[in-house]
Amino acid sequence: MPFEYLEDAATSDVTFHAWASSLEELFAAAVDAVTNTMLADLETIAPVARTEVEVAADPLDLLLWRLLDEVVFLKDSEGLLLRAEHVAVKTGTRPHHAHAALVGERIDRHRHELVADVKAVTLHALRVQQTGALWHAYVTLDV
Amino acid sequence: MPPPDTVYPVADAIWEIAPTWRQGMRVPIRIFASHELLLAMDDAVFTQAANVARLPGIVGASCVMPDAHWGYGFPIGGVAAMDPTVGVISPGGIGFDINCGMRLVTTSLTLDEVMPRLHELVDSLCERVPAGVGCEGFVSLSDSEFGDVLRDGARWAVRRGYGTEEDLARTEEGGCLPGADPTTVSARAIKRGHHQIGTLGSGNHYLEVQVARREHVFDPAVAAALGIDRPNQVAVMFHCGSRGFGHQVATDSLQVFLEAMPRYGLEIVDRELACAPFHSPEGQRYFAAMQCAANMSFANRQVILHRIREVFGAVFRRSPTDLGLRTVYDVAHNTAKLETHVVDGAARQLLVHRKGATRAFGPGSPGLPPEYAAVGQPVIIGGSMETGSYLLTGLPGSVQTFGSTAHGSGRTMSRTRAKKLFRGRELQRSMEARGIYVRTASYAGLAEEAGGAYKDIDAVVAATEAASLTHRVVRFTPIGNVKG
Repeated sequence: MPFEYLEDAATSDVTFHAWASSLEELFAAAVDAVTNTMLADLETIAPVARTEVEVAADPLDLLLWRLLDEVVFLKDSEGLLLRAEHVAVKTGTRPHHAHAALVGERIDRHRHELVADVKAVTLHALRVQQTGALWHAYVTLDV
Repeated sequence: MPPPDTVYPVADAIWEIAPTWRQGMRVPIRIFASHELLLAMDDAVFTQAANVARLPGIVGASCVMPDAHWGYGFPIGGVAAMDPTVGVISPGGIGFDINCGMRLVTTSLTLDEVMPRLHELVDSLCERVPAGVGCEGFVSLSDSEFGDVLRDGARWAVRRGYGTEEDLARTEEGGCLPGADPTTVSARAIKRGHHQIGTLGSGNHYLEVQVARREHVFDPAVAAALGIDRPNQVAVMFHCGSRGFGHQVATDSLQVFLEAMPRYGLEIVDRELACAPFHSPEGQRYFAAMQCAANMSFANRQVILHRIREVFGAVFRRSPTDLGLRTVYDVAHNTAKLETHVVDGAARQLLVHRKGATRAFGPGSPGLPPEYAAVGQPVIIGGSMETGSYLLTGLPGSVQTFGSTAHGSGRTMSRTRAKKLFRGRELQRSMEARGIYVRTASYAGLAEEAGGAYKDIDAVVAATEAASLTHRVVRFTPIGNVKG
């Protein structure tokens, strides 16, 4: 699982670190980290609903912020718990663009072990950076 | 890590860090805490308070409450008053959960009367007040009706039959901020939250059945004036905010402010402190949208009270009026409001940001219900679910914090660590053994809220009293809890 939750970051919130060898995989891992904050076991999501989102932003970390905000938005507006099936990131021109195919299903309180509601993706110490062969993201969620 | 060496005491339970501590600070940092609480604060609190002290237009001091902890942008437990003519408004100084707050409701029942039906009562509350991730309310609204909620707040709820005029009179600002303009909010925010009225949410949001034990009524005369007038009286306290609607209003504004800041020559060290001049079009638009979110939260708490009344009525087979289900007060702790405060002897209009800080006006302050004018504004402080909560009143000394005090016990441990240390089901059993019956939407979420993850509520409240901000009236002990 290419993400971990950090114990000694913002006290009342949730901070995660995600990593991957490409930006596409990094963004998909970050979507999982957001959903996993709300749902104990990602494997309990059946891939029955599908939605596509397109976001644009500059710099790169705000692009990830906007994508994750879509995941939080769809949780409340459609009641969906989502994972990223496919992410495409275009960084050639400004602003950067990301397109994601999100799959999942509506919250089912009998089957889904829910944890904490994510209120928002904060900008606090938000980072997306490349170190050697890996991309890393640090994100703090308000819960 | 200890606080900086430059912190010095200025009065009992009040400390200061001079503006020379960090470059660009316009005012000092003033910390309201006992020595022990000061030593236990995360070092990030001081850095964040210094960042707040750099914001244009800040007046007096960047204030830190005794329950302060590391937040995003502002510390949680931070107060900053801005001169609206030259200063900024910052969503990070309010929080994503706009107008999140507390409501306290009395009953005429005593512990002995409630105990035989406690499980039935809590189970029924759990069923009737939706909680947890993505929960939806029972009120179905058209877009135009949701606009009425945003404009009228708790007044809308009372018009719909979900409460009384007395509830409104005993809510901060009468449950309706006057500057709310629904045309300033995005379709996205409405889509996210229009179906969530009457829901608790999750995280640290909860609904508790509590008892005011005889030995925990510290000021019987003031307690009686606030409706706590019999031994072992049972009360209901709940904590929640503006739900997905408010969260989206705040998120939308960050994006707008980040883009606008270069135009106003504003530079900040943390993007969570994104801000705009209060009088700029962006600042005014956010202020109007923020007041819509505040009104949504007042309406939300009013509808939840309606449900609580229904449940008590059904369980005890008496009318809610007969059961004495009356609002003591409803007060928010995540807001920015235009208020008049005296600074250096002169009355000035200020934009007071309170993030994890409760308004705490002293006796005789304008806007208090007449029955509370002599005792001061009721302040409701929620502790951790295992320990207890407080009813306080604002003191004249709260002028030092622009009429503000603490809001809770304040976390000392991250959620991720708490989840490793505590187990939800074990915690539920151990709480039941101590006389607290808990129902939760999430056992993992319950573990995150374990009492051990919080500061000592008694120490926090004692510090607010030592600093002359608020006066202890009653301490409540939980007996039943619905945790979001």
